[in-house]
Amino acid sequence: MSSATRPALYGEAIRERWRRPRFRGELPGATVTAEDVNPLCGDRVRVQLKLDDGRVSAARFAGDSCAICTASADVVAELVEGRSRAEAVALGVADVLGVLQADVRPTRMRCVTLPISVLAKALA
Amino acid sequence: MMRLDEQTRRDFPILERIVNGRPLVYLDSAASSQKPRSVIEAMARYYETSHANVHRSIHTLGEEATELYELARDRVQRFIGAAAREEIVFTRGTTDAISIVAEAIGRTLRPGDEILVTDMEHHSNLVPWQVAVRDRGARIRSVPLVGEGTLDLAALDGLLTDRTRVFAFAHVSNVLGTINPVRELVARARRAGALTLVDGAQAVPHLPLDMSALGCDFYAFSAHKMLGPTGLGVLYGRRPVLEGLEPARGGSEMIKEVWVDRATWNDLPWRLEPGTPPIAETVGLTAAIEYLEKLGMERVREHEQSLAVHAVELLSAIPGVRVYGPRGERGAVVSFAIDGWHPHDVAAALDAEGIAVRAGHHCAQPLMRWCGVVGTTRASFSVYNSPEESALLAHAVAGLGAAP
Repeated sequence: MSSATRPALYGEAIRERWRRPRFRGELPGATVTAEDVNPLCGDRVRVQLKLDDGRVSAARFAGDSCAICTASADVVAELVEGRSRAEAVALGVADVLGVLQADVRPTRMRCVTLPISVLAKALA
Repeated sequence: MMRLDEQTRRDFPILERIVNGRPLVYLDSAASSQKPRSVIEAMARYYETSHANVHRSIHTLGEEATELYELARDRVQRFIGAAAREEIVFTRGTTDAISIVAEAIGRTLRPGDEILVTDMEHHSNLVPWQVAVRDRGARIRSVPLVGEGTLDLAALDGLLTDRTRVFAFAHVSNVLGTINPVRELVARARRAGALTLVDGAQAVPHLPLDMSALGCDFYAFSAHKMLGPTGLGVLYGRRPVLEGLEPARGGSEMIKEVWVDRATWNDLPWRLEPGTPPIAETVGLTAAIEYLEKLGMERVREHEQSLAVHAVELLSAIPGVRVYGPRGERGAVVSFAIDGWHPHDVAAALDAEGIAVRAGHHCAQPLMRWCGVVGTTRASFSVYNSPEESALLAHAVAGLGAAP
């Protein structure tokens, strides 16, 4: 049962974004901030957006969350940056799973959807 | 003498399961224990031969069902050392048992009254009290924790005052495994004139209990954590205190006579049991108690205590692993954190090896804040667990690597 023989717990995309998230951090000059928790586990995600002329010019996330949730938040921030507000609002689970290339079990689906619902809250 | 798990293992059919290609290592009994065959069969036998509604059925099956239901009450009374069968109220679970008391006492709260809880409580022993004090000008205070996660007994005198109506606390922490000094806490509450409610969900499955020795006014626990079925709990109440509890919930079974606009109450304990109770579940609880009594609760305590202490030793020796809670005597739970790993990812990784643990806040968010984490990974033990399973857990944790 050494780590050498054990298959990786998650796919490469999730592992990479958990270890080296690209969009984690503070967003100076953010125009909107939203935050929420996953009642099942207490995970907390904050999304900060900079809205200019109806476009999301920058996005960052912060929080205390598992690998799947962190990877999802990182993808959400990446996908909305540079998009129009309407495009950002339309972002869905399928878009995030597409980038993560993951077959997420139902018990962990909330880990994927939390950052998406926080984004919706920020854009509401 | 044969080790307890060697004696019990074969009685639990579910433990034969293969999960993700490995024999199941079930280390989540604090959330819900598995059931011995005798419990499963007792419930099936009841449905196959004796089921009917209880108390008002004047026919053979109704009498048999009532007899089995009331027999369970006698068994619970003896098991926890209650003075009288009237002190045993069947509920839907621990949460429900606490809520029954909180709702009834809530209606009598006056502005300035206080409910005292502790920072290590399960949400089920916090939220019912929050609902109870709402709109009544009463408030909740809490006993802080010190050291490895024990109650700050020095702070208690300042918190227990003539305003304290109820002191509600866990017997055993579901996260830290801390065993609270119930007798002392009860004695100090009584000196302050406060009632005591003990959340015994994590104690009843693991410790020999004697209500008359503990002296508390209320004690709440669930059947499903003590080898019994889900959907059933027990509220023990000291008779004079239970007598004074005005029922907050109405329905059938709890009345003597009803008019359209008023009713008179039945005697204890039925006064606090509105509606058709979970009958088959009480039959299952009787079988669970018989099973535990046959093993002997002192032996159960020793076995689980040694499993927990062994797991603490194994896990603490792994670099990057922090174990929470007291080092010495503790309940049958071990919570830990691993550098670079979120608890949910730990649980998923362990599940891939057939090891079932719990991860998250364990319905104790104030305690998580005290620990400075959003959640922990928790292994918990029951009569069927072995030291070999703790070793498998430690081996799997040690092999996790730096990050998911």
